Amino acid sequence: MQGAMALIAGLSVLAVGLELAGFDAGLALGAMWRGAFGSWYALTSATLVRAIPLILIGLGISFAFRAGVFNIGAEGQFYAGAIAATWLGVQTQGWFAPLAITVPLAGAIVAGGLWIAVPTWLRVRLGVLEVISTLLLNFVAEALVSLMVQGPLQEARGVYPQSDPIATHARLPFLPGTRLHVGFLLVLLLSLALAFVLGRTLWGFRLRAAGANPTAAWVSGRIAVPRLLVVALVGSGMMAGLAGGMEISGVTFALYQNLSPGYGFTAIAVALLARLNPLVVILTGVLFAALETGASAMQREAAIPAASVFVVEAVVIIVVLLTESFTRRAFATRSTAAGTA
Amino acid sequence: MTEAIEPTLLVLLTGFLASAIRVASPLLIAALGEMVGERAGVINLGLEGAMLSGALAAVLGSQWGPWTGVAISVLAGTCLMLIFAAVSIWFGADQIITGTALTLAALGLTGAVSARAHAGGTTLSVDTFPPVSLPLLGRIPLLGPTVFQQSILVYLTFLLVPVVAYLMYRTQWGLRLRACGESPQAAQAAGVRVRGVRTAAILISGACGGLAGGTLVLAQVGTFAERMTAGRGFVAIAIVILGRWHPLGVMIAALTFGGLSALQFFFQALDLKVPYQLFLMLPYILTLFALAGTGKTSAAPAALGR
Repeated sequence: MQGAMALIAGLSVLAVGLELAGFDAGLALGAMWRGAFGSWYALTSATLVRAIPLILIGLGISFAFRAGVFNIGAEGQFYAGAIAATWLGVQTQGWFAPLAITVPLAGAIVAGGLWIAVPTWLRVRLGVLEVISTLLLNFVAEALVSLMVQGPLQEARGVYPQSDPIATHARLPFLPGTRLHVGFLLVLLLSLALAFVLGRTLWGFRLRAAGANPTAAWVSGRIAVPRLLVVALVGSGMMAGLAGGMEISGVTFALYQNLSPGYGFTAIAVALLARLNPLVVILTGVLFAALETGASAMQREAAIPAASVFVVEAVVIIVVLLTESFTRRAFATRSTAAGTA
Repeated sequence: MTEAIEPTLLVLLTGFLASAIRVASPLLIAALGEMVGERAGVINLGLEGAMLSGALAAVLGSQWGPWTGVAISVLAGTCLMLIFAAVSIWFGADQIITGTALTLAALGLTGAVSARAHAGGTTLSVDTFPPVSLPLLGRIPLLGPTVFQQSILVYLTFLLVPVVAYLMYRTQWGLRLRACGESPQAAQAAGVRVRGVRTAAILISGACGGLAGGTLVLAQVGTFAERMTAGRGFVAIAIVILGRWHPLGVMIAALTFGGLSALQFFFQALDLKVPYQLFLMLPYILTLFALAGTGKTSAAPAALGR
């Protein structure tokens, strides 16, 4: 209900802004709708493909958030995963096919986890805000991608700043009749699993307790808060890394700069709009993917800059925040992330 | 032989110092603003957004003269933080998420406006403020024509340091501000209007963020490009931590970061065969290490973020 309200508010702000800037808002929103849901192809091969990284990263952010930590460095972990998957993927020529598919993705998961390892260590051992440390590493990751595609991983021809395509048998298969790779099913399963772990197991309860009130959780003597934070942060990093890996092995097949159109940030809106519920993340992920593919269509058809969709996302987040505080149910999970060191 | 090398190295070094100061100045303004906010207990992750808005506003406003550009950049940052004040301080929403959302909004808004301008064939470029030579200092050999040959905005930046220090430590308002950051309940009980003080603090932080973006454009780059602040707003937040929430410390941290960033120009001039991206990464990595050093003994305001 609140989610629908937030979305309507976001789209209204966009419509008003477009009208003020002299565009035909009706035409623009129509283009957006057609671009996102207008055809079977648009739905499966544009919107749902784009939803995969958003859902996956959104799951990771929700997971960490439930434990009271805020990972805004998913963009960096995504790139770390993409670099690892590319590096492994281009040298799988002649490998046994199932290995050629899984090894790059496993590498991506590990890379994502490693990328968040330092901020995690800083947070747990030294109390450095994970918000700042994960963010700083985003810029390092972007520079690293640039270094890779102009250096070690540049295509053999050496013309463009991009990698060679990964081996054909290292690519994720598509679902019949679409360009939607099987990663979509994996993501659906993962969100079911996360919902189960968080909602139905003792461990999940402990994680949520640590997020809701770390001091109480610690004093209870039954909950090792630091260890939970490590799992939450590294887990969310791994999911972002996997998202980067699947983007390579299921969508682009090669690494280049600006591979991510801000997935790491959009996923924050995805997680918040879903109110950190892993099952709802699927829905909100598809929704934001639709917004973004719709925005690209809007740019093609009506020359409206696609960046304007970020404004919609921001309004959605703010409206969710406001309704939260109106209903006096402020995020209990958020009491620590801001810096009780 | 040595006579031929030494002067060039000196020239390089003074050039390095000059660019370190130039790079540091937008960071310093933003960090000072963030520090004021944080001393009142408000962490502002919308700083990056304020800088971006300020940068674009400076370009748009400069058509009525460069100082109008400066004024409008300040206004843009302040307006963005009005939303922060309403949502987070008055409705009690989470500060970190609110700030992130505002940065996202600014990314979208400035991105859309600049894309639209480019599509319309307009280049978002302006004349930067000309470098001004300081009296006396400007006559020092070597240093004079380089280090003391900066844009007027850069000098003003460094003037802000004592101004902010005075405001924070020598005025009644500064005392109230710090009380709000350490113990809002105690401040409230003593009759301080905590929300009012925090609102003022966050608006100052937004104004500084906007001015920082304006300085970036009008003293350095001379043009607006999408995402041009490249995380400087977040770096400024790290600088506040490194500077231990003190104006002087913040200035030293900003200059250090400026120096690290300017290293890339220095090494490029030396023509070392090292990928330039390594120098792009270096400041962020070193900031991370430096943050580790501040760790548990940090002087963070006790009520930061709440």
